[in-house]
Amino acid sequence: MLSFLIKRLAGMIPVVLMVMVAVFAFVHLLPGDPARLVAGPEATAQDVAAVRTALGLDKPLPQQFLTYVGNTLQGDFGMSLKTRRPVVEEIGMRLMPTVWLTLFAMVWSVAIGLLIGVVSAVKRGRWPDYGGMILAVSGISFPPFWLGLLLINLFSVRLGWLPTGGYGTWQHFLMPSFTLGLGVAAVMARFTRSAFIEIAREDYVRTARAKGVPERSVIWRHSLRNALIPIITMVGLQFGFLLGGSIVIESVFAWPGVGRLLVDSVSYRDYPVIQALVLMFSLQFIFINLLVDILYVFANPEIRYK
Amino acid sequence: MSTLSTNTDMVGKTRKPLAEFWRRFMRQKVALVALGFLILLIGAAVFAPWIAPYDPTQPDYVNVLQGPSAQHWAGTDTYGRDIFSRIIWGARISLAVGFLSVTLGAIGGVGLGIIAGFYGRWIDSLVMRVCDLLLAFPGILLAIAVIAILGPGITNVIYAVAIFSVPVFARLARGTTLQLKQAVYVDAARAVGVADRVIMLRHILPGTLPNVIVYFSMRIGTSILTAAALSFIGLGAQPPSPEWGAMLADGRTYMGVADHLTLFPGLAIFLTVLGFNLLGDGLRDALDPKLRSH
Repeated sequence: MLSFLIKRLAGMIPVVLMVMVAVFAFVHLLPGDPARLVAGPEATAQDVAAVRTALGLDKPLPQQFLTYVGNTLQGDFGMSLKTRRPVVEEIGMRLMPTVWLTLFAMVWSVAIGLLIGVVSAVKRGRWPDYGGMILAVSGISFPPFWLGLLLINLFSVRLGWLPTGGYGTWQHFLMPSFTLGLGVAAVMARFTRSAFIEIAREDYVRTARAKGVPERSVIWRHSLRNALIPIITMVGLQFGFLLGGSIVIESVFAWPGVGRLLVDSVSYRDYPVIQALVLMFSLQFIFINLLVDILYVFANPEIRYK
Repeated sequence: MSTLSTNTDMVGKTRKPLAEFWRRFMRQKVALVALGFLILLIGAAVFAPWIAPYDPTQPDYVNVLQGPSAQHWAGTDTYGRDIFSRIIWGARISLAVGFLSVTLGAIGGVGLGIIAGFYGRWIDSLVMRVCDLLLAFPGILLAIAVIAILGPGITNVIYAVAIFSVPVFARLARGTTLQLKQAVYVDAARAVGVADRVIMLRHILPGTLPNVIVYFSMRIGTSILTAAALSFIGLGAQPPSPEWGAMLADGRTYMGVADHLTLFPGLAIFLTVLGFNLLGDGLRDALDPKLRSH
């Protein structure tokens, strides 16, 4: 187990390095002079030169990269071009809204996905199965931003029950988290169904049935419990996709999170913020994947002892 | 792997599995309906100038924000433009973005996958490591990073969306290549001194195609959805382009007043993506009936 952990952690080093090189190269791939971008369009040639020296952009690239890595490790991502405030502050105040949104979306996904998946598997080949799978493929194909607009139209504009957007009370959470979670719920439903069908073929399920265990207990105790291992893995992997989906959903509901910050920064060409956010998102995905791998090994003794 | 690609190993009998595939595909009612719908849609996109009753970008300030009627089937928008006509022209954009981006991604991915699978060793590890990394990312984030470099616009959306199809196709092609590399006819070709490049192009590439076609359909759905999302948040097609995602974004301020502004573009995106996903499901089931039970 320990050797697996060490191996897996060591395997991350080149990946993290590759991401850092890519994010660092990002500014140099941009059309135009980075110093000019930072100094602003009205800056004189002298100002631009001053910015260049201040940011170390006149140094050779390898040295610049080392400086970049050093600054990143100290949590220094520079200043936002738009607000002229430290990027860390800008991201810091928007991080938690996105984390909460993703977590609540996952609750919807698991609740809806498991229910539809299990019902479809148990009633396999009959109309609840077809209904469930039609819902699932529709959920995968449904544009989440349109779903958001439809919900706003119904619950905010027409019924006036929920706020159209913003952040604060639990009412603010309902529509954004549901909108974000529905696509993943559809993926979970399909996955749960196939995991469940697989397990229904196992000997211990047949044995349970043969010795007269009630059907409900066979489903929820014997089958679901064993199907949980692949499902947990799936939940972990889908977190990354929820984070990605939050980028669009936050724009629909005026959610003050990092996703909307990213969209705004791209529109404004606020490169220090984009750079920091892309790095942050990337490290999150790498970390989530690592966590899933480790959990998977913990949950599955067969792999643990190999 | 699929029955079709294993059967193509037997040179000269390639027709039979194709006929078998076709027979199984014709039994997929849902996929056939999806295919019919998509053919209609492609037809509408190609013949848009003849089918669309109005100019998609010409404002008509006399007929602003009208609901659906006999003159304007899907109503008009804030500039008095006919929404039905805009949706038909928008099909051109969405389908072109979908096809072009997935084609680019497939060419890049299949190329990389075959090279990785064929040569193995460090090339293989490098390509696969990068693919794993790309696959771990949600497509939209990669796309936004690319847009941040290239700038907003529909052409750049094509590149941005193409990139996240690359790892999917690379993995797929690599898997088939590893199998086909063991095939007798590849050994034979190598023994008589055929160049690696020719072996890859002539003997391995055709074997990867069945799987590629299935994924092609499914990726087009995802790509159209992502491109529409990018336009919706203002990073893709710019006004007055009749792109569906951009139309949704334009119409959102009129919700409750003129719902048809958001209803029809949303429906267009949903049905198109659903069509490609259902077609992809059908192709996959026809290609490999064993997968059906799952």
